[in-house]
Amino acid sequence: MTVGLGHYLAVGAILLVLGAFGIFINRKNVIVIMMSIELILLAVNLNLVAFSAALGDLAGQVLAMFVLTVAAAEAAIGLAIVVVYFRNRGSIEVEDVTMMKG
Amino acid sequence: MIATVGFYVFAVILLASATMVVTARNPVHSVLFLILAFFNAAALFLLAGAEFLALILVIVYVGAVAVLFLFVVMMLDVNFAEMREGLQRYAPVGLVVGLILLSELALVLGGWHFAPGAIELRMVPTPRGLTNTAALGAILYTRYILLFQIAGLILLVAMIGAIVLTLRDRRAVRRQTIAVQNARQPADTVAMVKVPLGAGISEIAVLNRPAPAEADPEAMHGGSHARLHAAERH
Repeated sequence: MTVGLGHYLAVGAILLVLGAFGIFINRKNVIVIMMSIELILLAVNLNLVAFSAALGDLAGQVLAMFVLTVAAAEAAIGLAIVVVYFRNRGSIEVEDVTMMKG
Repeated sequence: MIATVGFYVFAVILLASATMVVTARNPVHSVLFLILAFFNAAALFLLAGAEFLALILVIVYVGAVAVLFLFVVMMLDVNFAEMREGLQRYAPVGLVVGLILLSELALVLGGWHFAPGAIELRMVPTPRGLTNTAALGAILYTRYILLFQIAGLILLVAMIGAIVLTLRDRRAVRRQTIAVQNARQPADTVAMVKVPLGAGISEIAVLNRPAPAEADPEAMHGGSHARLHAAERH
């Protein structure tokens, strides 16, 4: 049985669900939440590449490259925010972020 | 055959390491499993024929993003034990949502097929006789040049943003100012003091004097009999 588009889509779907599940169970640790977001973006990239290969359309790979770019920028900005937040509060718990609520 | 076996091996390792990323107790282990997941995803990309993207994934994600995560995890001195408190509380909700999401995706995947005219709607059909990298470069710098430039702009904004966010203005640090150093005169800094016989420095209060820069010029030039300028001496 040869590997087709459906196999890739199944792997991508499970990866996306794992990422969403990771966001749910790691409510305190914002770094693991960002890693879960990376997993979700990886699932999206997997789908794009699978469709690109199945249809013979290179545009999907170009789009996947731009998704990679934006994900890298997002990780850099997000980690910078985490560092600044840790300097101010001494913790990275997401549930504490309501400090601006009066 | 080899490709099929490879696909299953890489897919299973990818999903297992993704599970470990979200459930590991120690965030350092999470990052290491994330690196493993990226490697296996790159192998899946290779199997699908996207060689350039596979290597970009290894270089950018494993080489830059995952190491950045590792830096931040190890740099922040976080108490990881109390990080796990919410696990039992949120795990059932997460499982329910995940199962619903997975079943919906399975429904979509089960009843899905290509539209009849999908092949004609391709934007850039993969050219024959070109390597993947050459084909990508041929369209990335021509047809998608605007998107390429915008991606560069996004990276620039991200870089500036990260620097601006994390740059600290430390007041305690004294930096070198060349102009102030060059404008400094001997008269501003050196004071010749004539010490009378038998008088120690405590009697004429050398140590209690205001700093020369803030001292008022009248006192500096003729006010005190015990003070003589280096310039006047010559």
